[in-house]
Amino acid sequence: MFHDSEVILEAKHIIKQFPAPGKKVLTACNDISLNICKGKTLGIVGESGCGKSTLVRMLIQMDEPTSGEILYHGRDIVHLTEKEKWLNRQHMQMIFQDPLASFHPKMKVVDILTEPLMNFGRLSKNNREAKAKELLRMVELPEDFLYRYPHSMSGGQRQRIGIAKALSLEPEILICDEATSALDVSIQKTIIELLVKIQKEKNIGIVFICHDIALVKSLSHQVAVMYLGHIVEVVPGDQLSSQGTHPYTKALLGALFSVHMNQKERIQCIGGEVPSPLDIPKGCPFQNRCLYCGEICRIQKPVLKVIGEGHKVACHMVGADKNDESRREAFPS
Amino acid sequence: MLEIKDLTVQYGIEAPVMEDFNLSMKRGEIISIVGESGSGKTTVIRAVLGALPHGGRVVSGDVLFQGKSILDNSLEEWRRLRGTEMSMIFQDCGGTLNPIRKIGGQYVEYIRTHSRMSKWDAWKKAVEMLENMGLPAGENIMECYPHQLSGGMRQRVGIAMAMTFQPQLLLADEPTSALDVTTQAQIVQQMIELRDKYDTGIILVTHNLGVASYMADQLIVMHEGKVVDHGSRDEVMYHATSDYTKKLLQSVPELEGERFVS
Repeated sequence: MFHDSEVILEAKHIIKQFPAPGKKVLTACNDISLNICKGKTLGIVGESGCGKSTLVRMLIQMDEPTSGEILYHGRDIVHLTEKEKWLNRQHMQMIFQDPLASFHPKMKVVDILTEPLMNFGRLSKNNREAKAKELLRMVELPEDFLYRYPHSMSGGQRQRIGIAKALSLEPEILICDEATSALDVSIQKTIIELLVKIQKEKNIGIVFICHDIALVKSLSHQVAVMYLGHIVEVVPGDQLSSQGTHPYTKALLGALFSVHMNQKERIQCIGGEVPSPLDIPKGCPFQNRCLYCGEICRIQKPVLKVIGEGHKVACHMVGADKNDESRREAFPS
Repeated sequence: MLEIKDLTVQYGIEAPVMEDFNLSMKRGEIISIVGESGSGKTTVIRAVLGALPHGGRVVSGDVLFQGKSILDNSLEEWRRLRGTEMSMIFQDCGGTLNPIRKIGGQYVEYIRTHSRMSKWDAWKKAVEMLENMGLPAGENIMECYPHQLSGGMRQRVGIAMAMTFQPQLLLADEPTSALDVTTQAQIVQQMIELRDKYDTGIILVTHNLGVASYMADQLIVMHEGKVVDHGSRDEVMYHATSDYTKKLLQSVPELEGERFVS
């Protein structure tokens, strides 16, 4: 399913650290390796503060990683000159959570939509209207939106404009950072349907960041679960709920409120809170909230190991001593 | 305990934002109001608390709390009611705390405003409430400033404060929307436990249909200021009468639901 030839962007062992007061170091992303493939969606889930946004900021070169490399079609793009970075951004575009904040409030839709193309000199002034109309058609908005301002549109319509703007450069990768989180559920569904339709037509790779694991599952080919700057599990989207193995993935799945769930059924919740990224515990990052934490988890940091096709997990207890009764309950094979 | 009859609320001279709202609620019942943004769900509980924003007014209808109309209450009557008989928790309870004062001082002040209690007793009461909410080391929390606590902890402090006088009615406006899913599960569980312990009635306003249906005894679906579905949780979930509710239920992403990609 994921052949090397399809890989567009490859992140290899990237680490991002920020200096913090008191000579401390805040580790936002710790040893992250990911592949983004053509025409596939990579979903990233995790709670606030786990480093999802920092990760995509690095992928799109808004931040420079402390160490590690990011390869675009095999070429390292971390150490490019500013000019080359600017040119390279045509291939990767981003959709934000709040499009209103990313649009100039006094620009009309036609200007917003064609600004990226004009910026790269790929469009002449005479063709602006025609191009903007074409983009509006793509995101299923009426053409008379051309001369509206962002504030006179609803949230869903604005998000469509955001998508159209991002796609105007025909990028190979589209990064959606909580793109639907601020929308109502019925609008959210239509936006997701639009994204999936466009992906099929243009064969672009999508990175979809969201905290709603059910939503991520519904449109991702592959899902990466992040916790405290680490990727704890990478699993094919369709196997997420059945094969999700890491205790944190299970906790996320267990904490999900389903509309049709039985009220008598007690919701499973894990105790405690995420430790501060300023002092990440030695050993497994999840140790203080994990029900199955053992001796080794406190000493040694688990690494991602392959346990199935396209399925990697970082946990000492997976595949370990299966004779132990409590572990067998935790990880039914 | 609480009865709302044909309540209509209007802002200025525009069309009413909420029309003919009816509700009747017993002690210890949880009512969830769901709807999309702008559907008027927050207006309902603001009207119950007599805290409509500027320009908002009740045009017609009545709100009865323990058999007595509360719409024409004087300020003094409201002051006695709010915080003790009915209280409210917000989406971001941290925002309701004073950022430059310690939790302890604010909590003690809150308790002493509503009851005659010595500072020392109020402090002990506050620590007890915090620990009831599953916050370990209540004494430490009392010595913290709001910014030193995480979002989940601040929310618990807010709920602890609202529950101090064991109100009969708790109004919760999106209490878990700003929280992470694992924290959300903890808070939801705790709110249900509070109901079981103190027999408090809760009106929960949320856009998260999963949380609403998990907690609710009665479920109300609102759309553009009107109630489109109202009934027991199972009635609304499985035998919804309006198309809007059906469409809304289908839009919620489900773990075992539709996949958009193969």
